[in-house]
Amino acid sequence: MLAADDDILARAEDWRKAGKGVAIATVTETWGSAPRPVGSHLVIDDEGHFLGSVSGGCVEGEVVTEAMDVIADGKARTFEFGVQDETAWRAGLSCGGRIRVYVEKVV
Amino acid sequence: MRLELLSILNAERAARRACVLVTDTENGEQRLVKGAEIAADPLAEQLDSALRAGKSATIEVAGRQVFLTVQVPPVRIVAIGAVHITQALAPMARLAGFDLTIIDPRTAFATPERFPHGSLIADWPQNVLPDFAPDRYTAIACFTHDPKIDDPALEAGLWAECFYVGALGSRKTHGKRVERLKEKGFLDSQIARIRAPIGLDIGAVSPQEIAVSVLGEIILALRKKPLRDYGGAA
Repeated sequence: MLAADDDILARAEDWRKAGKGVAIATVTETWGSAPRPVGSHLVIDDEGHFLGSVSGGCVEGEVVTEAMDVIADGKARTFEFGVQDETAWRAGLSCGGRIRVYVEKVV
Repeated sequence: MRLELLSILNAERAARRACVLVTDTENGEQRLVKGAEIAADPLAEQLDSALRAGKSATIEVAGRQVFLTVQVPPVRIVAIGAVHITQALAPMARLAGFDLTIIDPRTAFATPERFPHGSLIADWPQNVLPDFAPDRYTAIACFTHDPKIDDPALEAGLWAECFYVGALGSRKTHGKRVERLKEKGFLDSQIARIRAPIGLDIGAVSPQEIAVSVLGEIILALRKKPLRDYGGAA
């Protein structure tokens, strides 16, 4: 897992150096049963390509969408996904856990 | 994150050196603390504990949420000896998430048939280890009973300050080993780091049980005892 996350951050660096807009999403907190541990990364480019994961695949779509705004205005944001949250229910974190994700732009 | 920070973080990781990225998730302020710089950091205690656990975490500093992205090199285990114990150790280490390399110059022992899963090198430790570059995130365990094969690996492990250096053998065998190392100029404090007889004292008898006791001892050394220094390979 660690080695894979390493590759992901290396790819974020490559993408940025190639002139792309890049955001890094990081799981900063988990509650209950969460599919990916704290510290897991998802990196996103300005065309919506992404690598890595912050969940088992259930909230990545939402995170990629939010990352587009972060890349556009450069402001880091924190998001929470979980069953208590209407949006998250839509995003479908069906395992019953809740996660907090920090999304920042590589500048 | 500034590209410059991301580049340093990736470079530290590629060089197998630990570091922690400290992010104030409220205002986005960020800094990277290299392993060797942690003792001098205002958050030394928290960074040290996060690094020892090898886990990223959110902490609170003066009422603010701060996220620690912990980068720790993956732990590697080097086992000297393609013997019965390491045949059992290979699948156990893999299950526990460790990268295991087995080294034994005796080609009758080091065969792919005996070790279908693990990374196996049929050569002398002194030929293999310089390129392998053991470091503080490496464990070295010796199982051949043969000083010609075990000693070069033990010596490399002590010089590299591996977090775990263990050697199979009775107290008598170990006594002779200690004498040889002293003749070579090793200090008592270095020699004392060798775990011998190897493995946790769980009364292990079979090769499989000994493999469990050694793996347990490696995990204990990794998780419970502070690694001596986070500077990484010199």
